[in-house]
Parts: sequence; structure tokens; C-alpha cells
Amino acid sequence: MAAPLRELRNGAPARRGWLALVPWATLAVFLGPVVLGLIGTLLPAFGILPALGGTGLTLTAWERLAAAPGLAGSLWLSVSTGVASTLLSLAIALAVLAAGYGTRPFAWVERLLAPLLAIPHAALALGLAFLLAASGWGVRLLHGLGGLAGADVFALPPLHAPLQDPDGIALTLGLVVKETPFLVLMGLAGLGQVNAARSLAAARALGYGRMTAWAKVVLPQLYPQIRLPLYAVLAFSLSVVDMALILGPGTPPPLAVQVLRWFNDPDLSLRFVASAGACLQLALVVGLIGLWRLAEMAAARLLRPWLTSGRRGTSGVLGRTAGVLGWAAVAGTSAAGMLAMAVWSVARRWRFPDLLPGELTLDTWARGLALLAGPLGATVLVAALASAIAVALSLGCLEYEDRAGIRPSTRALWLLYTPLLVPQIAFLFGIQVLLVLLRLDGTLAALVWSHLLFVLPYVFLTLSDPWRALDRRYARAALCLGVRPRTVFWRVKLPMLLRPILFAAAVGIAVSVAQYLPTLFAGAGRYATLTTEAVGQAAGGDRRTIGVAAVAQMAVPLLGFALALALPALAFRRRRGVA
Amino acid sequence: MDLQRRGLVRWLAAALALALWPQGGFAQQADSPVTGPDDPRWQAIVQQARGQTVYFNAWGGSDRINDYIAWAAGRAEDLYGLAVVHVRVGDISEVVSRVLAERTAGRSAGGSVDLMWINGENFAAMRENGLLGEPFTHLLPSFRYVDTEARPTTVVDFGVPTDGLESPWGMAQLVFLYDTARTSEPPRSIPALLDWAAAHPGRFAYPQPPDFHGSTFLKQALIALVDDPAVLQRPVDEADFAAVTAPLWGYLDALHPNLWRGGAVFPQAGPQLIGLLDDGEIDIAFNFNPSEASAAIASGQLPDTVRTYVLEGGTLANSHFLAIPFNANARAGALVFADFLLSPEAQLRKMDPQVWGDPTVLAYDRLPGDWRVRFQALPLGIATLSADDLGTPLMEPHPSWMTALEAEWQRRYGS
Repeated sequence: MAAPLRELRNGAPARRGWLALVPWATLAVFLGPVVLGLIGTLLPAFGILPALGGTGLTLTAWERLAAAPGLAGSLWLSVSTGVASTLLSLAIALAVLAAGYGTRPFAWVERLLAPLLAIPHAALALGLAFLLAASGWGVRLLHGLGGLAGADVFALPPLHAPLQDPDGIALTLGLVVKETPFLVLMGLAGLGQVNAARSLAAARALGYGRMTAWAKVVLPQLYPQIRLPLYAVLAFSLSVVDMALILGPGTPPPLAVQVLRWFNDPDLSLRFVASAGACLQLALVVGLIGLWRLAEMAAARLLRPWLTSGRRGTSGVLGRTAGVLGWAAVAGTSAAGMLAMAVWSVARRWRFPDLLPGELTLDTWARGLALLAGPLGATVLVAALASAIAVALSLGCLEYEDRAGIRPSTRALWLLYTPLLVPQIAFLFGIQVLLVLLRLDGTLAALVWSHLLFVLPYVFLTLSDPWRALDRRYARAALCLGVRPRTVFWRVKLPMLLRPILFAAAVGIAVSVAQYLPTLFAGAGRYATLTTEAVGQAAGGDRRTIGVAAVAQMAVPLLGFALALALPALAFRRRRGVA
Repeated sequence: MDLQRRGLVRWLAAALALALWPQGGFAQQADSPVTGPDDPRWQAIVQQARGQTVYFNAWGGSDRINDYIAWAAGRAEDLYGLAVVHVRVGDISEVVSRVLAERTAGRSAGGSVDLMWINGENFAAMRENGLLGEPFTHLLPSFRYVDTEARPTTVVDFGVPTDGLESPWGMAQLVFLYDTARTSEPPRSIPALLDWAAAHPGRFAYPQPPDFHGSTFLKQALIALVDDPAVLQRPVDEADFAAVTAPLWGYLDALHPNLWRGGAVFPQAGPQLIGLLDDGEIDIAFNFNPSEASAAIASGQLPDTVRTYVLEGGTLANSHFLAIPFNANARAGALVFADFLLSPEAQLRKMDPQVWGDPTVLAYDRLPGDWRVRFQALPLGIATLSADDLGTPLMEPHPSWMTALEAEWQRRYGS
């Protein structure tokens, strides 16, 4: 990552060799296809798609796009849900970090991170939908409580429910629940970088209240660390498809869903409009990230007097309570949603307004496991390969940084983030054509690589902070003892960093398992994964099978995280200080 | 480099054409239907299919259908040494997209899709864009049994002649579902439905067009409301769309405030109606499979008090099909599997509501041996109407109407 755009280095040229190729290879694997994929979308937007008779440059697609009914509504819905959910996730993540970082109860926040990160988007959305539906768990609970009080409330499901609401509130909620844990994780990593504990102690010693000290001293240092992950969250929220299909409104839907509808329309001439829509989606994301950046700068300027005013502030009980409550709501909603899916998976009959199923059965699991055995194998194989390659590439890049004595520039990190910032829908059709041209579609290699596009950025992010936080003096001491750099890497750095490395691998597995569109486009139907099965089952509307698919889909990443936590303890049971 | 590769492709194509020459020659000579399983043309296909792997791309949203396809795959392996892989997709249009990508990349052979479950708009689109290969139904021995006379939709797919490019697989007719425990007298016509909804606000829903079931509801309502339904059988260009459809929009304007969730939210897919009916969110649902209610009762998705009915004047009917993309890798295998799915054995099992409950496309009186008796003796389930009770099926309007209705609906209510 670092070499192509590295900043000026001082000192003697470092040892090179094959390691110097790793950043280049990583970039090539990474950006080439995205760029080619974008071209494959851009050309049809301007009328060029020979397979459908489009051979000349036209603007017809754009005219049709502009005339599409509901376009303005779709755009507004994307913007409002995307921005609101990003702001809310950021607020909750920062509040819980501010309220808890360094305190003993905070261990609970950290412990919950792994399972929360493990829940795939689609599974979470399905669970949440059952909580919010007019005949869902929420209403059933109210009915039950009313019955205890002797009142007959909601004997029939109510006419209105906060699900697929036209303003996208349910979708915003779903996005907040899914994105907050990721921002907390990134915030934790960033805090390690900026040495927050010491700054905080100093500020507290000067008499600042906890929350004020956070806002004035830690946040200005932390924000640059989490800026890119935050933009990734914004881009994701603006272009989410799977969650929007389940939780979002349909009249009109968010732009990304509308674009997917055009891509999938039986009227193939709509492909041109879909491509133009995908370009618009890309412009929307780029534009909003730009606006966000401007807002950051404005906020920094406006807040400067406050930052330096010297006012100590109060203890900030309100902010702390909000942080704790926000986090509890996020964790509680996820847990309730997944529990609902688990209960559905063993239900035979579960009618409204029963709180629990009237009849239980394991039949759904028996059928499901028979059906899911193949997809389970494929899911594990692809996730393990993609995650292992991502970890290897990330380690190679980081080790190269160490040996060459450089740090990647911000621009290089932006490149790393490209696949997360560019809406999937904008380049996947182009990539599909590319894969078919190379005769790679439907191969395991193509599938792993398409997952790698999304796995690598997350793995690199998760791994780079603990790697850079490792005390350089360990390596230096080893070198002074006459050991080669390679040996230092294998015998000192890897064992000391085994825990974060395995955690990053688990994050990679979770990201891979959740991929739907890439699997669909690169897998060519040769590889079914738990996620493609889950989406297929969701189309059938039988919540019992959906429950099985959702639980199975969550089990793989959860197992990954469990292994990542258990293995170091096992490996280092005689070296307590390391594990 | 590019030119070289293109040259290589051309050379390969020529080599392939030579290798396939004898078979191509056969098809050229005789477009007449095969006489039966012993016909040498069919024997050659069966021979060629042995050992092939057929990637059957089909909607995978139903356990019952998935189980049935798994059974059929097992039988095809036993009978013909054929490996069938069911590629379960959420929407067949994803597969159309893939075939299109392959065509964009110039892959005219060795495609990733061998056989696909399709009908209506998707078939029309693939056909129009040359994504389907040569006609093939005349090569299938079981095609003789298809009820092409009493069930004209087996050869006319939403008004578009199939011309042998797709093989009928099953029948569909719109039926309405209600729970006798909650509703005693369901509305039996489109105008009656409006009054009923006004008396029971929020208790009826239709999926959002262009969902298949949603668009079907629009067409069913239009046929009931239009002065002269015959105009719907011709392309929409030949009619005054605004004038013909005005009663429909007036009807929907009146209906929508009394729909589920006040008409602000629509179910996103047809099967969702079954769940909403079971949950008591709605009282009237509809489905395109006359046996769906019985099958859902058997599997525990609906209470056993649910029954079905059709509207006075009949309901829409159509067929669903199997098609082979132009670049299928295992065309012979796809032909053999399509034929097996059309065989009396496979069709009888498919019709059993304990298995799937999808009505057959075969004509009982054309069947050999005791198959006719076995079809007639099959119990159809407590909530399934008999063929007589299903009444006269209505023909689908010309497909151009569906597209126009969906666009107008989107303009009025979807934005």
C-alpha cells in the first residue's frame, strides 16, 4: 500500500527484495478490477453495450433516468437515511467510548463487539423486521402486557407499524445497529494510536469533566484516525441494498435499490438506465463525502473558540447516560433480532399474538442442514481463503513499512478504501463481464478474489493499528542480538501480535460471509454460499427456513471470532504474558 | 494480442462446429417431433447427455420446490447418468443478467447456465435479445402428452408464442385465500372487493408491481373493470391506454386508503401474503398456485381453516416453462432433464400437494398405461378447488399491457 504513493523518506534506502512487491501486488489486485468494472458501467450509461445493440454514444439513458418517476424521492431517501444513520452511529460510538473507555464496565462493550460484528447485515435486517412488524414481537409483547392488565390491546395487528415506513426510519435504525459496533471497533484502534489514556488523565488533572475532557482533548486527536472508516460507513449506508430491501420503503425505494431493480428488469433496455443510475449513485457518494469533509472543516473552525475557552464543563452525566443507553439499545436490538430468528428456526406454528411458538419442531433444521451442507462448505472455504490472503497481504505491507521505514500516506489509504467507497452496484456488472472475458467466472479463484476486494480493507484496518502500536524496542532488541529481520518477523512480531492477527482474520471471515452481490456476480451459480441461500429463502417468505438460514449464516463468523479468542490462549498457555 | 485471441476463438468455434456437425445436420433435416423415446434423434441426445452436468437455474425460495428438484435430480442420475445441480436463485432475472454478461463478453458456447425456470416478461426479453438458442420442444418425447389444446397457455406464454423455445413445466391460476375462522363471506368479484375493503380497512394487500403477483392483481382488476376485455389481447399501442385503464386507476384510488398499512407500504413479494394471512395482518390473500393453500396447511404455514376461491367470471391463468440459453454448455443434458420433468412420473409427483402441489401441463387422455387413472386419483388437499370449481381461466393480456400498467402504476403510486 505504501510504496506507490509513499511520502518522502529520510535516511538510507531500506532493504528491498520481494517484500517491496507486496504493496504493488496488493494495489494491482485491488484497484485494477474496480477501475475496469467502473468502465464497464460507464460505457452502457452512455449508450455503449454491443450485446444489446448499443454501439454509439448517446445520452438517452440519462434522459430516461431524469424522467424516471420517483427519482427525486429515491435520492432524498438515500441521503436522509444514509446521513442520519451515519451521524447517529458516530454519536453513539463516540458517546460510549467517551463514557466507558478505560473503565472496568467497558470490558463488556469490548466483549460484545465480536458477536455484534459477526451478525451479517441481511440476517440482522430480517430479525429486526420481525421485531418491528405489525404482527411482530413488539406488538405481541404489548398485547401480552395489555392482557396482564386486563385490557385487550392489539387483538388484531395494528394498521400501522414502524417497518418499511416511507421516511426510512426502520432502515436508519437497522443501519445504526449494524454500523455502531464497527465504529466502536475502529475508535478503539484509533485510541490506541493517540494515547488517549494519558491525554485524558492530564485533562482530568487540570479539572476538566470526563465528557468535556473527551470532547476537547481526545476527540480532536481521534477523529482523523476514524475519518476513513467513517466515510466507508457513510458510503455503505448511502448504497446499501440488502438491508434496504427488507427494512426500507418501496414507494419509492432508496436509489441503490431502484438501480438494482433496473438492472434486474426483464426489459433489458433498462440496463442503460441502470448504468446511468449506478453512475449517479457513485456521484452521490462522492458528493456527500465531499460535503461531509466541508462540514468537518466548518465544525472545526466554529468549535475552536469552545475548545480553547478553558471551560471545564460538568461531569456530563447526560452524555454518559446517552452513550450507555445508546449502546445498550444497539446490543439489545441485535440480540433480540437474532433470538427471534433462532426461535423461528425451531417453530412449527407461531401465530399472532403468541409470544412464543405454539408448536416446536426440528424438521426445519433437518431439512435446512441437508440443503445447507454444500453452501456451508463453500462459505467456509471462500471465507478462510479470502481472509488468509488478506492477512498475508496486510502483514506483508506492514512488515515492508517497518523495514523500509515508511508510513503510508493518507492518499494510499484512500486507495485501499476505494472498494468500500464505490457502490458495489456501480462496478460489479463490469467486473462480471471482465471475469467472463478472462474465463474466470464461476471459478473459486474469481470468487475468493471478489470477496478479497471487500475483505482486505477491513483486515488491513483492523490489523494496522495494533501492528503499529507494538513497541519497536522489541524488534530492535532482537536485531541487536544479531537476528535477521525475517526471524524477528516470525519469532518476535508474529507471536506477540497473534491475538490481533487472529482477530483481524475473524473480521475478514465475517466480511466474506456477508457478501451477497459479489458472490452472485463472480460465482456464476457454481458457488452457493449461506448468504445467497439466505437471500433466496427470504424470497419465499417462510420465516422458519429464513430463521435457519440466518442462524447458520451467523454461526460461521461467530465461530471465527470464538477461535480467534481461544487459539492464542491455547497456544501460549505457558507464556501468560504474551496471550 | 486481442486480434490473436479473436483468431483463436474463431478457430475454436470452427472446430466446435465441425465436431457437432452430425447432430446439427439431424436438426436441420427434420423439424418434425420425435416419434417417441426410441426415435434415433432422441437416442443420440440421451447418449450424448450421459455424464454431463446440467446447471439448472431456478428460483430457490421454497423448501418444497427445492426438495422436489432434488428428487428429480436423483431420478435423472439413476435413469440417464446425468448430474443435475440446482442453482437456487432469488430472482431469475439475475440469471438473465448473467447470460447477458456472457454474451457481452462474446461467449457463445460453454455458458454457465444450461436450463432455467422462466416465463412471461423474462422469456420475452431473452427471446427478443437472442439469448435463447434453437427451438427444442419437438425433440422431447414427453412433449406429445402436453395439453396444448385445453391449455393454450402451454404454447403461448403471456400472449407470446413459445415456438418451441421453452418447454411447459407447470400451470398456474390465480386463486384467493381466506381463513374461514375469521371471514365468513369473502368478496367474490373485483367491485365487491372494493366494498369489502371499505368495510374492513387494512385487511387486504397486493404486492408492489412489478412484482409478479402485484402486476397480476392489476391485470385481473383491469379485465373486470374494462368495457371490452378483447382490446387487452392486442398490443397496447393499438388501444387508447388512458381511456381503457381509467376505470382501473379510479378503482385503485378508492381502494388504496383501505389497503394494508393504509396503502403507504406494499408487500415486496407474492409469497409474503401467505405469512401476512397467517399472522392475521390481512384477511384476504391470493396466490398463483391453486394448491399453495393446501401445501402451506400441510407444512404448518397456514391454519387448516384456510380455503380458496376464484372470482365470478374467472381468474387469470398462465404456465411456467423451462428454457435453454443460447450458449448452454450441456444442451443435450438440459434436453434430457427437461424431458424428464415433463414425464408423467415427474408431473404426477409435482402435482401432489404433499410434495409441491403444482398442477400438471399434461392432458390425461393422451397419457399411456394407467397414468390417467393415477392422475385422477391424486388427492389434491382440503383447500384446493377441483378443476370444475376453478372455472374458466382468463387469458393473460398481451405482455405490452403489463409493462405499460407497471410503468403507470409506478408513476401514480410508486414515487
